[in-house]
Amino acid sequence: MTAGTTAADSAATDRGNVRRRVLDRLFQLVGLIVLAAALLALGTLLYSVLRDGMGRLSWDFLTSYTSRHASEAGILPALAGSVFIVVLTAAMAVPLGVGAAIYLEEYGTQSRMARLIELNIANLAAVPSIIYGLLGLAVFVRALAFGGSILAGAATLALLVLPVVILSTREALRTVPLSLREASYALGATRWQTIRHQVLPVAAPGILTGVILALSRAIGETAPVITIGALTYVPFLPDSVWSPFTVLPIQIFNWVSRPQPEFARNAAAASLVLLALLLSMNAAAIWLRDRYQTRRRS
Amino acid sequence: MRRHERLIEFALFLCGLVSVGTTVGIVVVLTAETAAFFREVPVVEFLTGTQWTPLFANPRFGVWPLVLGTLLVSGIAMAVALPFGLMSAIYLSEYASPPVRRVVKPVLEVLAGVPTVVYGYFALLFVTPILQPVIPSLAGFNALSPGIVMGIMILPLVSSLSEDAMRSVPDGLREGAYALGATRMQTALTVVVPAAFSGITAASILAVSRAIGETMIVAIAAGQQPRATLDPRVPIETMTAYIVQVSLGDTPAGTLEYRTIFAVGSLLFLGTFGLNLASTWIRERFREVYR
Repeated sequence: MTAGTTAADSAATDRGNVRRRVLDRLFQLVGLIVLAAALLALGTLLYSVLRDGMGRLSWDFLTSYTSRHASEAGILPALAGSVFIVVLTAAMAVPLGVGAAIYLEEYGTQSRMARLIELNIANLAAVPSIIYGLLGLAVFVRALAFGGSILAGAATLALLVLPVVILSTREALRTVPLSLREASYALGATRWQTIRHQVLPVAAPGILTGVILALSRAIGETAPVITIGALTYVPFLPDSVWSPFTVLPIQIFNWVSRPQPEFARNAAAASLVLLALLLSMNAAAIWLRDRYQTRRRS
Repeated sequence: MRRHERLIEFALFLCGLVSVGTTVGIVVVLTAETAAFFREVPVVEFLTGTQWTPLFANPRFGVWPLVLGTLLVSGIAMAVALPFGLMSAIYLSEYASPPVRRVVKPVLEVLAGVPTVVYGYFALLFVTPILQPVIPSLAGFNALSPGIVMGIMILPLVSSLSEDAMRSVPDGLREGAYALGATRMQTALTVVVPAAFSGITAASILAVSRAIGETMIVAIAAGQQPRATLDPRVPIETMTAYIVQVSLGDTPAGTLEYRTIFAVGSLLFLGTFGLNLASTWIRERFREVYR
């Protein structure tokens, strides 16, 4: 091998190296741009809703009933319906979901039935929400004759968020150290006493975080609630679980579907209220998670 | 005491059974109503017909226009979500510093948490108007803008699941590639992505399933005109949007129109269920296990 070819080789290698490094940089730049574009999309979404809706936001808007005149219409019945339905959904989904998770995690982990339930939950989590609406329509609205009531809506949404509650509760239960359970058993506690007094209190913040996230999903859902026949025009507040009702997302949908731009502004303003509600729920969940993590580390 | 314990275990077991009951309920309800539907409408007409006019005086029950509409919008959504989602996953997993990741991931989670009805608003009243000067033949209701917006909505799902798959690739593989003189790009594309391929594929299939089942964006911004076309500029109707359209009207139970939503729902359920199973199967079957 002569000195000349070695020099040529190393020059070629250098050029290759430069090319590869430039490519790498370019690739990194493209990645950064793509990521920025995704964040920009979120920014644009928020901007468009803020731009269109900010002007309509007022105390009157929150406390008025719907109206044929866009400028007088408010979201009170929709807001009340959303709050009512989310409380009722929680009342159904939390005991059922936490109970199921405790069974799967603490009792039946080995049994065949538990494996079946587990597989089933994973599949349910990916079923489109409108299918739950059809289920609610056939079972709660028609067969059990709840009609298009708050009860039917909450029951449907409870089934919809159940997989989320179960999955996040199991996650929380799994972080409880085994030694805690063993110590409790060593003191003569039964299984349920151990769960009730040792495991659940430690897992509680994690469970609560999951529940809040599940409920924030329920509050933003539109399709299943439309399918079970929630109304689009409700001139009164719900007074019992049998009341007909509307919720914020349906009110937004109704206003968006109208051709007049004044109603579009109402839809944007109502979207802002819904986003604010969701954001505060998410913030609460994140705050809980962080507090919980730092406490566990110390 | 022991009886008490048994009782509690049984009650907890019943809670678990509710989720199985949900699945059974979905299958029973869809099957029963769809069977009733097919007693009046031939299966062949439903599956092969190209006209969907069940609410007209002279009803036709060919589901193809709804299926094509669904596939068109989902296709556009995937064309946005896949490249953008994968690229941001590669960036977050291979390039981004931990502080960047800590900030960006929650923001992407927010993007995933925005209610779909707000995305619908965005598609109809923001994206369509800014696209119309660029594409003059774009109708007020069309498949393009809900498709793009749906892609933005699904992007965080693709990105976070793919990133999880890439980050579970052991560092030893990366270090091996670096030791051979590979750049980060070469390592990402020739080592990490292939090693995480099953996870990435599973994430992509799950994203398709989400797109097919997504309802409000298309119900708001794609229109209500079932037509067998792949032209993204004209109004169409998807399977989900049709169910919403009928639900908003006053259709009495037991009528043929009432049953159409269950027949369409069955098709939707079978499609998404098949995709979900495929996603789980691929993730389990082709997972690379490192010890």
